Amino acid sequence: MEEEAINYELRLYVAGKTAKSVAALANLKKYCEEHLKGQYVIEVIDLLVQPQLAEGDQIFAIPTLVRKVPEPIRKIIGDLSNEEKVLVGLNIRPR
Amino acid sequence: MIQADKTLFTMTNFHKQQKNNFTMLPKTPTGITGLDEITGGGLPKGRPSLICGEAGCGKTLMSLEFIIRGAMEFHEPGVFMAFEEKAEELTQNVASLGFDLNKLQQEKLVKIDHVHIDRSEIEETGEYDLEGLFIRLGYAIDSIGAKRVVLDTLENLFSGLSDTAILRAELRRLFNFLKEKGVTAIITGEKGDGSSLTRQGLEEYVSDCVILLDHRVINQISTRRLRVVKYRGSQHGTNEYPFLIDEEGISVLPVTSLKLEKEVSSERVSSGIAALDDMLGGKGFFKGSSVLVSGTAGTGKTSIAAYFANETCSQGKKCLYFAFEESPKQIVRNMKSINVDLQKHIDKGSLQFFASRPTLYGLEMHLVAMYKMIHKFKPDAVVLDPITNLITVGSVSEVKSMLVRLIDFLQEMQITVMFTALSLNTIVSEQTDEGVSSLVDAWLLVRDIEYNGERNRGMYIMKSRGMKHSNQVREFIITDKGLDLVEVYLGPEGVLTGSAREAQKLREKTGVALRDFAVSRKDKEIMRKRKMLESKISTLQAEFESTEEELNKIYFEEQLKEEIIEKNRAEMTNLRKGAIDAENQIRSKK
Repeated sequence: MEEEAINYELRLYVAGKTAKSVAALANLKKYCEEHLKGQYVIEVIDLLVQPQLAEGDQIFAIPTLVRKVPEPIRKIIGDLSNEEKVLVGLNIRPR
Repeated sequence: MIQADKTLFTMTNFHKQQKNNFTMLPKTPTGITGLDEITGGGLPKGRPSLICGEAGCGKTLMSLEFIIRGAMEFHEPGVFMAFEEKAEELTQNVASLGFDLNKLQQEKLVKIDHVHIDRSEIEETGEYDLEGLFIRLGYAIDSIGAKRVVLDTLENLFSGLSDTAILRAELRRLFNFLKEKGVTAIITGEKGDGSSLTRQGLEEYVSDCVILLDHRVINQISTRRLRVVKYRGSQHGTNEYPFLIDEEGISVLPVTSLKLEKEVSSERVSSGIAALDDMLGGKGFFKGSSVLVSGTAGTGKTSIAAYFANETCSQGKKCLYFAFEESPKQIVRNMKSINVDLQKHIDKGSLQFFASRPTLYGLEMHLVAMYKMIHKFKPDAVVLDPITNLITVGSVSEVKSMLVRLIDFLQEMQITVMFTALSLNTIVSEQTDEGVSSLVDAWLLVRDIEYNGERNRGMYIMKSRGMKHSNQVREFIITDKGLDLVEVYLGPEGVLTGSAREAQKLREKTGVALRDFAVSRKDKEIMRKRKMLESKISTLQAEFESTEEELNKIYFEEQLKEEIIEKNRAEMTNLRKGAIDAENQIRSKK
């Protein structure tokens, strides 16, 4: 377990505490705990607070999950309710 | 800011005067040449407008120019949200038009935000909305205080995202968002199949102003056209207007102001050929009139045009020469052979050539290009040489309508224009192919007169409105000293030109010499006769004098005799005086 360290840097963009955002964050946490325990970081960015960050990651939909590491960058938009799609999108092989 | 407000103020003021309407739709000028005239001031202020058209018809450029001109001319910052091209690409694209997007971005007058949507990178799962886009846009608008926004091309969202139901709902929200922000926005959309204006039906959302761009190819020549499909709450031009994309951006030409209300001038301008001016009442053409020079091939139409251009420039005025057949250098060289130096006028800047192949672009484009050139150069005279070649890119009626608009425009600007036209058949019809002869004010016809085994040029004035003009055919001579008009010989044998005229002249000269000789001989005869007569007269006079003397001599003798007799008688009487006296004394005493 030790050698895996932090393999996944995830960024979740939300805009305030909307139902979709809350659902997305909850779903994401759940999947990560299940499949990537100990090897991920989640950064939540609220665009209402930091609108200038939207341009950098090419955000247009809310909520958007961005996998910064490992490359290439992947994006998943929506409330992440479909687990399989999220896992495929993040390229995580279910254990 | 101040300038923009001022413009707007004067504009709305103007409209108020036009109609007594208190709440006129405020408009945002685009700064694009001609577009503001068609839309009556610009796009609806604070509302989104739609520009749609096929790929490559100039949507992106037009919207980008709206942003750039807004920033540069009206001091209204603008946000350009690009869904297709990156900021660097856009910068490169407009650099060729002389706009420095980077500088404008640094000055915080323009902000370009590239929205990258790649379906392969995006996974959709569950509910989402486009709040991120709104935030980005809102942030961009607020960061520079933007008054103008362009979304180019919004429809790319549809290709990047699959849930169209969400997209449609979000689009509606987007337009409301833009209206709330109070920005004047342009949304571009690709033309869809069939009758719909855009592929995704964006026109449903944008209801205020829709502009359709079109790029048609007819006879292998493409013409860009623009039409205002709808403009709610405002009058607008409804025609299709051609527009041009060149090194100065887009220019639209509102070409159909056929009101016939233009100013006229009675000032005259010389044609450059003194003899021709004489034919035109001694003064030449009217200023601001249109002159057509038509004739068959090689009759010297271009020479006449060059003479006119030369004369205009020599008087310190400016002339613009549109050449559709020869290159400027060719014309300059050829005109040197008839003693016209156009190069010095070019060097001075009073003469400008604009040469283009007629097939370079469509008729309307030619018109737009000419319109632009004339606006820029502000000439006093314009030459189009020849208009016949335009027929290769349009039908007769199209050429005619184009020329009508050109003449109309030139007359409004008080510019004298000379067209040259090639007429194909001089015998059957004297109508030029372009059918413009009825439009022009003066029409000079140069034609070949074929006689006696040679061709000579004859010129006459078919018409010249509003002035006394000669009805005679003149022979038109081109020599290395220049052009001249010579009166043709009208003799008992008909009209003589060329060498026949010269021969006739010689014949006349011989005749004169012979007559002169005859006359002088007669004069001598008369002198001699007079002398003879005079000598006779003196003889007779001498005779008369001697006779008179003779007669006088007798007369004197008679007189002398009488005198002597009288004298004798008196003496006699004296001798007898005593007796008579005594007798007389006796009688008196009684």
